[in-house]
Formats: sequence, structure tokens, C-alpha cells
Amino acid sequence: MRWRTNPLLGVEHLTMRFGGLVAINDLSFDVGRGDITALIGPNGAGKTTVFNCITGFYKPTEGRMAFARTGLADSNAVARLTASGGRFAGTPAGDLYMLERMPDHEIAWRARVARTFQNIRLFSGMTVLENLIVAQHNPLMRASGYSLLGVLGIGGYKTREREAVAKAEMWLERIGLIDRADDPAGELPYGAQRRLEIARAMCTDPVLLCLDEPAAGLNPRESAELNKLLRAIRDEDKTSVLLIEHDMSVVMEISDHVVVLDYGVKISDGTPTQVRNDPKVIAAYLGADDETENAEPSA
Amino acid sequence: MENFLQQLINGLTLGSIYGLIAIGYTMVFGIIGMVNFAHGDVFMVSAFIALLIFLAVTQILGIASLPLAFVLVLVAAMILTALWAWVIERIAYRPLRGSFRLAPLISAIGMSILLSNFVQVAQGPRNKPVPPMFTDVIAVTDGAYRVTLSYKQILIMLVTALLLVGFWWLVQKTPLGRAQRACEQDRKMAALLGIDVDRTIALTFVIGAALAAVAGVLYMMYYGVVNFYDGFVPGVKAFTAAVLGGIGSLPGAVLGGLLIGLIETFWSAYFSTDYKDVAAFSILAIVLIFMPSGILGRPEVEKV
Amino acid sequence: MGAKPTDAAPAFFSAEAIGGAFRAALVAAGLAFPILALRAEPDLNNQLVLLNRWPLLLWAAGIVFVGHLAAQIPHVGRILKWALFAGCTLVLVWILAGVANSNLPLRGKIALFTLIAASGFFGLLIAAPCAPGTPFHDFQKRARAFAGKIVGPIGIVALFAFPLVMLWTLGPGGSLKWINNYGVQILIYVMLGWGLNIVVGLAGLLDLGYVAFYAVGAYAYALLSTHFGLSFWLCLPLAGILAAFWGIILGFPVLRLRGDYLAIVTLAFGEIIRLVLINWTDVTNGNAGLSSIPRITFFGLPFTAADNGFAASFGLEFSPIHRNIFLFYLILCLALLTNVATLRLRRLPIGRAWEALREDEIACRSLGINTTSTKLTAFALGAMFGGFAGSFFAVRQGFVNPDSFTFLESATILAVVVLGGMGSQIGVALAAAAMIGGTEILRELDLLKAIFGPDFDPAQYRMLIFGFAMVAMMIWKPRGLVSSREPSIFLKTRKSVSASHVREGHG
Repeated sequence: MRWRTNPLLGVEHLTMRFGGLVAINDLSFDVGRGDITALIGPNGAGKTTVFNCITGFYKPTEGRMAFARTGLADSNAVARLTASGGRFAGTPAGDLYMLERMPDHEIAWRARVARTFQNIRLFSGMTVLENLIVAQHNPLMRASGYSLLGVLGIGGYKTREREAVAKAEMWLERIGLIDRADDPAGELPYGAQRRLEIARAMCTDPVLLCLDEPAAGLNPRESAELNKLLRAIRDEDKTSVLLIEHDMSVVMEISDHVVVLDYGVKISDGTPTQVRNDPKVIAAYLGADDETENAEPSA
Repeated sequence: MENFLQQLINGLTLGSIYGLIAIGYTMVFGIIGMVNFAHGDVFMVSAFIALLIFLAVTQILGIASLPLAFVLVLVAAMILTALWAWVIERIAYRPLRGSFRLAPLISAIGMSILLSNFVQVAQGPRNKPVPPMFTDVIAVTDGAYRVTLSYKQILIMLVTALLLVGFWWLVQKTPLGRAQRACEQDRKMAALLGIDVDRTIALTFVIGAALAAVAGVLYMMYYGVVNFYDGFVPGVKAFTAAVLGGIGSLPGAVLGGLLIGLIETFWSAYFSTDYKDVAAFSILAIVLIFMPSGILGRPEVEKV
Repeated sequence: MGAKPTDAAPAFFSAEAIGGAFRAALVAAGLAFPILALRAEPDLNNQLVLLNRWPLLLWAAGIVFVGHLAAQIPHVGRILKWALFAGCTLVLVWILAGVANSNLPLRGKIALFTLIAASGFFGLLIAAPCAPGTPFHDFQKRARAFAGKIVGPIGIVALFAFPLVMLWTLGPGGSLKWINNYGVQILIYVMLGWGLNIVVGLAGLLDLGYVAFYAVGAYAYALLSTHFGLSFWLCLPLAGILAAFWGIILGFPVLRLRGDYLAIVTLAFGEIIRLVLINWTDVTNGNAGLSSIPRITFFGLPFTAADNGFAASFGLEFSPIHRNIFLFYLILCLALLTNVATLRLRRLPIGRAWEALREDEIACRSLGINTTSTKLTAFALGAMFGGFAGSFFAVRQGFVNPDSFTFLESATILAVVVLGGMGSQIGVALAAAAMIGGTEILRELDLLKAIFGPDFDPAQYRMLIFGFAMVAMMIWKPRGLVSSREPSIFLKTRKSVSASHVREGHG
């Protein structure tokens, strides 16, 4: 129940409209610090849209997304920051960000929310290693004196680059791709590309890692490896995970908290066991009886 | 007031020509999402075809009736320009479907350079003065400042209006128009449903070129001079018109064309002729930056 | 007509094949009909009269007919490649014979002959179209890799030696053409190509108005030197900064636009700047341009016959070639500066971010990269090098007017980048040499005049060939001549990334 006691991200009344289409309607949920939270729901439920709002690729029509990067989320601080109209408040309790007010790259770099994509978005013409170095762009940029010192060859850039390579190597070891470091990312098999995309996101040192269908297209062995990797990210790297997934075995096995969406509305929220036994969820997945079907908005 | 009225007439005439060219840009963009950079030069080629056919008809065939010659020139220019567009699409664009995004644009730029220089080599670099035709004018108002409406201007607006009606019918009511709209929505699905996508795209180019050819004939007749570099600036202005109206939208292209024509003539009349092209280019930049979906276009949602 | 021999192609000389060729020939005749077969020329009364050129129409149709049929000959691709190879060999032998029979001094003959023979035959050796799998093909692969490694350093040494070798072999009079028309002219385009390569090749932003920054640099030098008497060495950085500043001003509002919209807006900006240069006559003197721009000096010593001139100060006999040699070294250094800066930037985070941006902009944003400032840096740096080149242009010509900064100039520079291989430094340099040098050679070939008559001016076919090459390149090799990508960092082994994985341009 960490999402109640120590929420990392509080999504409140999130609504996203595209013209007349309501993709998300008044959605509220919390993501617990240190949890693996799963966002599930039938196709077209609006899961990826939620991701795009959290990571700043879409500006939500309405709603608040308070992100307590460090410390405890303090409702007073959230209210004060909301009133002030600012993006960021460094309170004694910790750093607080308003994600809906930030551009996407700031969410990744300041608030430290990293993400992967449903259709893999690697830099396929760059090598595996380069992909992981690009992910460390901002600290390296600073080390190179915003390129001014770097181009003249002064300053400690070389050392920082070696550290970045070491970090990339560490991740390549963990995802089993160290032998392919100098190959173009586009040459990797599908499952390896998925793992690389996760490693690339982790190289940005995120507090929250958002994964859009990480198990899609994986075989059972790869799927099991993924579960192990995600647990390690939660337990060893102390990074919270928010994932969209269709594969129920993955969801039920690794997640601490499940949020179920249908037609842009939250229909269930709780531990995997609670959600599994929720009649509304069963109805949404297996087809509803007449009564509930009439109650739902038609697509 | 008289001056205003005169400029309004001139602007609408010019705007009709831009609108006709703009339809070609907007249709191609709608169906394959590509800026057909060579379209302005196709227009220029059509003006040359029109000039040569006109000379051939009057000098070789010896047809003295101007209206008959005009109709012959119009039909021949439409057919021959459409053939050019068909070949260009086949050679320079079709092999690039599925290549990287900027490849068709670069190819189109190459095609544009190729066309204008081909005409320069084939027809020489100098201006071609066209024999004047339809020179009569109607005086709309009398007085110190006579507002006139020339037969040419009437003809231009009339031909444009007629063609637009025919074209509207073609796109809205025929199977071809339906296939076109289907390809716009989802090319793969359209192919699965038995629509010949390649043919539909080729026909889009052909129709766009035929309309540009009409514009070419009217342009040659109106300005009385053609040159091999005449494709570039009118091309950019027509593209501006398409963007201003909302690229992908057919009524938008016509509306944008008329607006650009009006802006250009009023700018020249009331501010300065020197900067009239600057005005057109600035509008292009401003519209693309601040309202990229134009007046009648649909906003685009970025796919993540 | 785009017909390629495929499995389903009709058999050679079948009725079907001939029918197809006939249809293609008809289409060609239709295209050629008014534009090629008739020509409108004003007569003495400025009335247009038609000239008939019907044979041209027959030629066009005939060529297409034969070409269409020939495309169905089995193994036509390989036959063509070998024919091309044989043609190149003949041309090389012809050039060598020309050198041997020329009236150069003997030392010049020997030097030129050995140089051309060595580089020419090595080039032919590695370019021979051998079938993959044969032992010679493996040798070629190794030789190509070797050539790829040495072409940079050898090229730089050769370029530094070039004007002196030319002077030594051809004398001051004979070498002027080579140093000026070929050397300096090509190097200007190499530099412009390298500058634009940052924007188009690395960052994947299609900029159709690059010539605007070239113009800003040229006018900056022209105005600053004539009005304020500033020296070239002060104006050069100022021109670069001004151009970069304009790059930022123009770039800032437009860089969030999609690829092809960006291209059109940059085109509009390029034209706006040119039109302002034409119309703002108080400052720019309009179409007439600015003349009597101070010439380059050797760090204060003018290249004149005066007593305080360069030649007198160094005890040399005065010759206009000195100025040209100095200009050659100047543009060579400027171009190399561009190259070194680009190569270093590619290994820095900013350079990797550019390439990542070209690959996938959305992924970049998800990794915390500020895409606006990253694009803006590329735009401004490209503009800066364009500005440097512009002020060099002004000091070389001593005269600037808006005619030098048309859209065609932008298209030429873009063609250099596209044909050379987007992102590849050596490819861009080779493309510039081939395209600009090729134009100059075309101008000189008396052979063509002998074939096509004395009125034949090959220079007017230049842009025709450029346009054709751009289209052909996109279809045949969209990544350009040098299409593989060198990784900016490696863990164990450096492996080139083949063109099939590299993406170009966002959108």
C-alpha cells in the first residue's frame, strides 16, 4: 500500500481530449515510491495517452500530476505549488514537480521520469554503446563545458566520458549485450532491442521508469529475463516502475499495484489479487453482461 | 475607392491563378504527405507548352479564330502537362515511396532544377513576349479614374470557376475521388480493399498538373511573357496559398490562392512593389510558424 | 522509363518488350513534342516565330526506344558497369596522352604524368566492377578500406603541395587557372558543403536557405571593410558571428517545424534576405552590388607591385599569382578548420545529440535532450561557417551583388552534401571536387564543341546535370557516395555502420 503511504506521483483528475474524442476522462491514481505499478486495460483504453501526458509529450486538457522526486509528497506543498503556478518547489520534505507544466525534455532531465516506447525508438544507425552514451547527454554536456571547452580539448571531459562508458558497460553486462556494444542498434534482435531501450532509459538515472508494453513480442524465456530485470531495477537501483502491459502473467507476477483503465476511465485500483477478483475488471476483459454494457459509453 | 476596386479585380484574377496551382500542392500533400517542389516548374513548363501550341496553331495551322485557338491550346496544354507530371511521378517519386522522409523532397528539388534548366536549354534564356490576345476591356466606372475589367480577367475568373466546379464534382462524386480520399486516410488499408494505390497517386499528380496547366495558359495570356524561371516564385506563392488555406484542404487552397493574390496586389498598390515578394515569403514563414494547420486545415497530433 | 530488368521482365526482343519500348518512345515523343521540337524565337520585330527541330523529337524517342530495349538485355547492369569502366580507362589514357604531348616543360610533364597515372590507375583498380566472391574482389575490399584510411592525410598533403607544384610545373601564367578556377573555387564549395553538412548531414535538418548566411558573411565583410576600414582578419570572425546570430534569429521560431516545412521556411528566409539585399539600396546598393572591397593582404602587405608590396618585401618578382596562392591557402585553412571543428564536435555530446536527433527526435526528448537548443546550435554553427566562407568570397572577388546568392546556389551546396553522403566529410569533399571541377572541365572540352557545333556552351548544362544527379542519387543511393557511418565512440572495435540502418532527417 505504498501508493497510499508514500506516493511518488499523484495523478489527479487527468483529462485528455483530442477534438471531440475523450481519450482519458477524470483519471486519478497514485504511483508508490519503490513500487512496480502496472497500468492495464483493453486496447484503446487510453493507457499510452496517460504515459504521453506523464512524460510531457501531450499537454493534458485538465488535471494535475504532482511528482515528489525526493521525500514525501506533502499535500500542503502541492497546493501551494499549484497556486503559485510554478513548476518546481524545493520543500524541506523534498523536491516537488508539476509535470503538466513542464516540457518533455525537462520532465526527463529535471524530474527524472524516463520512458520507453511501444514501437521501439532506438537510434538504430548508432551503435549500442552510442545509444547509452546519448542517454547521458546532459551530465556529459555540462562536463564538456557545453561543448566550448570540449572542442578545444580542455577540462575534465575525457574522465567524465570514461565514467559514462563504464556506466554503459555496466548496463550492457546486466542486459547481456556487452558483446554487441559496437554493433548498430538496428541490427539487434527484437528482444535485445527492448532490453537496450530499457537500459538506455535507465542511463538517464531516472526516479520513475515508464515502460510501454515491455514484454510485447518477447518469447517466454525473454519474458522471464525481463521480470528479473524489472525486479532488479526496483530493488537494486531503487527506481520505481510504471508499466503498461497486456501480458497478464507478467503483470500478476511482478507488480505491486495495478490500475485498470477502460475507455479512459479508471475501473479498478489495488493489489494484483484485488484487481484479479474485481468483477468490473473481469467484465471489461471478458465482455460484460447486458447491464454493465449499457452503462458504458460506446466507442 | 476606385483604386481599391481596381486592385480587388486584379487581385482576384491573380488569386485565381495561384489557387489553381495551389490545388496541385495541396492534393499531393494530402495523399502522400510530400511537398511537390517541382510543381511550380510543371506550371512553368505548361506555360511554355501553351505558348508553343498557340504559335503552332496560329502560324502553322493558320487558325484565325482566337476563341478556337484558346480552347485548343487549353486542351493540348492540359494533356501534355499531365503527361509530364505522370512521367515525373513515375521516375522521380514512385521509386522513393518508403524511402526516408526527406528523399522525395530532395528528389523534387532536383526535378525542379532539372525542369527549369531543361526549358532554358531547349527554349533559350530570354523572355518570350507573347502576342497580345483578348485585349478588350469593359469600363466598370467612369470618371477620372476608370476602373476596368478586361476580357482576359473575365475569362480567367470564368475558367477558374468552371474548372473548380468540375474538379469538385470529380473529387466528391466519382469513384476516383473516393479512392483518393481513402488513400489519404490509410494507404495500406486502401490497397487491401482493392484500390490501385499507385494509379490513384499518379492520377492525383495528373489532375494537379492539368489544373496547373490551366493556370499556365491563363498566366501566359495575362502577363504576355514567359520565362524559364517563372516557375519558382509563382510556385512558392501558390504553395504559400496552400499552406495559408490549410494544406490538404481543397477549398482552403482556393481560398488561400485568392487571399495571396489580394495581399500581393494590395501590397504592391499601397506599400511598395519592391517588397511584394518579400511579403509573400514572409506570409509563408509566419503561417508555417504560427498556424501550421492554416485556415481550413485540421490540426495535426504528433504520434508518439 | 524506370523499367528495370526483373524476374518478370519480358524476354529480350519479344513482342512484349518491343511493344513496351514503343510505348515508352511514344511517351518520350509526347514530352518532347512542343518543348524540344519547337522553339519560339523573337524575330526582328520582336514577334515570336517558331523554329522547327523535328529531328530532336525523333532522337529523343529513338534514344528512349533503344534504351528501353537495352534495359532488357540479360546482365545489362554488369555490361554497363564494365562499359563505364572501359570508358574511364580510355579517358585516363587520353588525358595521359594529352599530358605527354603537351608543350609543358619536361619536369612538369613527368610530375603530372606520374601523379595522374598513379592516382588514376589506383582508382580504376579499386573501382573495377568485379563480382563479389572472387579473390580479386576481396583484394579490392581491402584496398578500398586502405584508400579510405589514407585519402584524408594524403589529400591534405596534396592540397598543401598543389599550388606550389602547379607553379613549379606550369609557371605563373599557366598555373593561375588551376589554382584559381579549380583550387579556390572547389575549396569554397568544400567549405560550404562541410558547413551545411553539420545542419543537414549530422542534425538531419533540411536547410534550403543556407546561401543566406553566405550572403550575410559576404556583405558583412564588404560593408565593414568599406565603411569602417576594418581589416579582413577582424571582419572574418565578425562575419561568422553575425551569420551565426542570424542563424539563431531565423532558426529559433522555425526549428520545431517538421522536416519538409522547415525546408520551405528556410527557403523563404533565404529569398527574403536576397530580396532585402536587392531592395535596400541605401546600404547594399541594390542589384549593382558593392564594389572596390579591399583586397586581401599578406598580414598587412598588399599583393601589389608597389615597393611596400608582398613581392618586393620578400625579394620576389611581382606576379598576380601570389595573391591567388595566398587565397588558396586561406580557404584551405578555413575549410580544414570547419572539418576539424566538425570532427571534434561529433565526438562530443552535442555531436552525438545531433545524430541522435536525425535518427529519432522523440526518443531524444524522452532522454532529456533539449531538442530546440540542440538544433539551434547546429543551425548557428552551420551558419557561422557559411559566414566565414562568405567573407572569404567577398575578399576574393572584391565585389558582391545579390546574384551570387540565389536559391540555385543553396541547391548546389545541398546537392554537394546529398551526393557526397550526408554526414560524411570525405564524401562531401569528393562531391564538391567532382561537381565544381566537373563543371570547369565541361567548360573547356573542345571535344564537345566539335560534336555539337561551335555554339554549344556546356556550362548551361551544369544545373541540368545537377538536378538530374540529385534525382538519380535519391533513387539509386539515397545516402550518397560515402554512405556508411563511422561510430563516434567504440568499446572494442570500430565498425562502420552500413547505410541500411542509418536514418536521415526527422519528420
